[in-house]
Amino acid sequence: MKISREDVLRVAELAHLDLSPEEVELYGSQLDEILSYIGKLQELDVTNIEPMTQSLPREFAPERRGGSAHAGSPSGVAAEGESNLREDVVEPCTIGGEVLAYAPDAAKPFFRVPKVIER
Amino acid sequence: MTPTAPWTITSVREALQAKKISARELTADFYARIDGRNLELNAFLTLCPERAYAQADRVDAGIAHGAALPPLAGVPVAVKDVLSTRGVRTTCGSRILENYIPAYDATAIERLEAAGAAILGKTNCDEFAMGSSNENSAYGPVRNPVATDRVPGGSSGGSAAAVAAGLALVALGTDTGGSIRQPGAYCGIPATMPTYGRVSRYGLIAFASSLDRIGPFTTNIADAAAVMAVLAGHDPNDSTAAAVPVPDYASEIERPVQGLRIGVPEDYFGEGIDPEVKGKVEAGIALLERLGCRRVSLKMPHTSYAIATYYIVATAEASSNLARYDGVRYGLRVPGATLMEMYRKTRERGFGPEVKRRIMLGTYALSSGYYDAYYLRAQKVRALIARDFAEAFDKADAIITPTSPTPAFKLGEKTADPLAMYLADIYTVTGSLAGVPGISVPCGKTKAGLPIGLQIFGPHFGEARMLQLARAFEKAGGFTI
Repeated sequence: MKISREDVLRVAELAHLDLSPEEVELYGSQLDEILSYIGKLQELDVTNIEPMTQSLPREFAPERRGGSAHAGSPSGVAAEGESNLREDVVEPCTIGGEVLAYAPDAAKPFFRVPKVIER
Repeated sequence: MTPTAPWTITSVREALQAKKISARELTADFYARIDGRNLELNAFLTLCPERAYAQADRVDAGIAHGAALPPLAGVPVAVKDVLSTRGVRTTCGSRILENYIPAYDATAIERLEAAGAAILGKTNCDEFAMGSSNENSAYGPVRNPVATDRVPGGSSGGSAAAVAAGLALVALGTDTGGSIRQPGAYCGIPATMPTYGRVSRYGLIAFASSLDRIGPFTTNIADAAAVMAVLAGHDPNDSTAAAVPVPDYASEIERPVQGLRIGVPEDYFGEGIDPEVKGKVEAGIALLERLGCRRVSLKMPHTSYAIATYYIVATAEASSNLARYDGVRYGLRVPGATLMEMYRKTRERGFGPEVKRRIMLGTYALSSGYYDAYYLRAQKVRALIARDFAEAFDKADAIITPTSPTPAFKLGEKTADPLAMYLADIYTVTGSLAGVPGISVPCGKTKAGLPIGLQIFGPHFGEARMLQLARAFEKAGGFTI
């Protein structure tokens, strides 16, 4: 594994990090070492293995379709087709004022930022 | 009551009911302890005495009116500074949130306060919970109260140190790859990580959303059960908070353990383990066998791939979650001529080295051309690690391992070598990836007096079984074996 300086700069650009030349050097060599270690994942044969995209087995992770809450299920676990999701109903947000009061630069009801639209 | 009274949740309750102490006096007692030791330990970043005393006064008023006491009435609690507290500064151990004040409470906080607990303050941690030693905090490291030249572990180092030093009776931590269990082991106290989805993550400032969990540090297992009873359950504000019934932990943990099958994976006792840790954990397993548990030898063949898998999955999720820190809506803003310049300067100045390193690693793993080789492959290996656990729980009711390969290391010992630091999590990340619950319990000390942790994994939503074994181990003297 060899991470080039260009790789580091490309990733920093994607991550919106304005790295100093020293950081480019340091992270380049550290990422290289870490990725070499992570290379051991290539040892395993993962053909026909489904990637794990849910943190819980299916029995605990109900399908995310619409539908009513799980209250009717005898086990308390949402049955197939039911959902952990709330009804899609608009609820009032009462903390907008507080959020803006703590913001770095607010002009109610907006956050103010440097100009993004050129005339 | 003396300031050194060894409080438990039950003894607090009894003392309050018998009017031997008021909740206000108890709160003041704990603030006095914090005053005495926090300068040295650096466990708390922010104290919120107004909030704690207001809660204590509500509890005292309830007692005066003869009302029934809620389950955690007057219990002094510390909270890791990644959990949102309305009106109380929440930094995540980062400069980028140095002045951030949340406008809402995390569900875990709401539940604790609804149960009568008094929140004393917010505890130090590795920046955005990224670290294994608490040395990545922008506000300085925490010292281990057992040996102050050593780390308390991380990332929930402040919470672990606060409970171990008696500065709080209970503390909340968060665990993504070991951040509750490893500091629990290093500081010598029980440290509980529930099943993924057992406790709502609403208001927990995200590190890696598919791994993050909230759980308690306590001084004993009955307290862990009492806090879990308050925290567990579904939450309409977190669709991943599972609607699985919550058992009566307090009675479940007192059941006998005779006949339970304890699985011991050979893969956790190999290369790299400190001989004293190995010796004590083996002695701990032998104690459980004397209590009637049946030892089952296990093979979990993908264990050695867990660190590599974890550092792809967790950093990929972190790079996405931390994209929100751009100086627009909250926290630090470094001015720039353009919006993009503001983002970049804010993030460059606001994030510390480990956070930047992980954002870089995660961004790389998700970037075009590398996604299949790193992220997708890691998700597949994660499935294999989860399968190891599923097969192990066909043969065993619980899995017993060391919590960490070594006891607490010295401050500064591993800061120059990120990979060596990552390997401190080798026994904890497996359960994090599989989504199962785990607890670290004290299992004696090294000759030098450093605490050792024994880890118990339960199956998904098997907290009761896990705590039952921990309780039997505690009762039989395992903590001081």
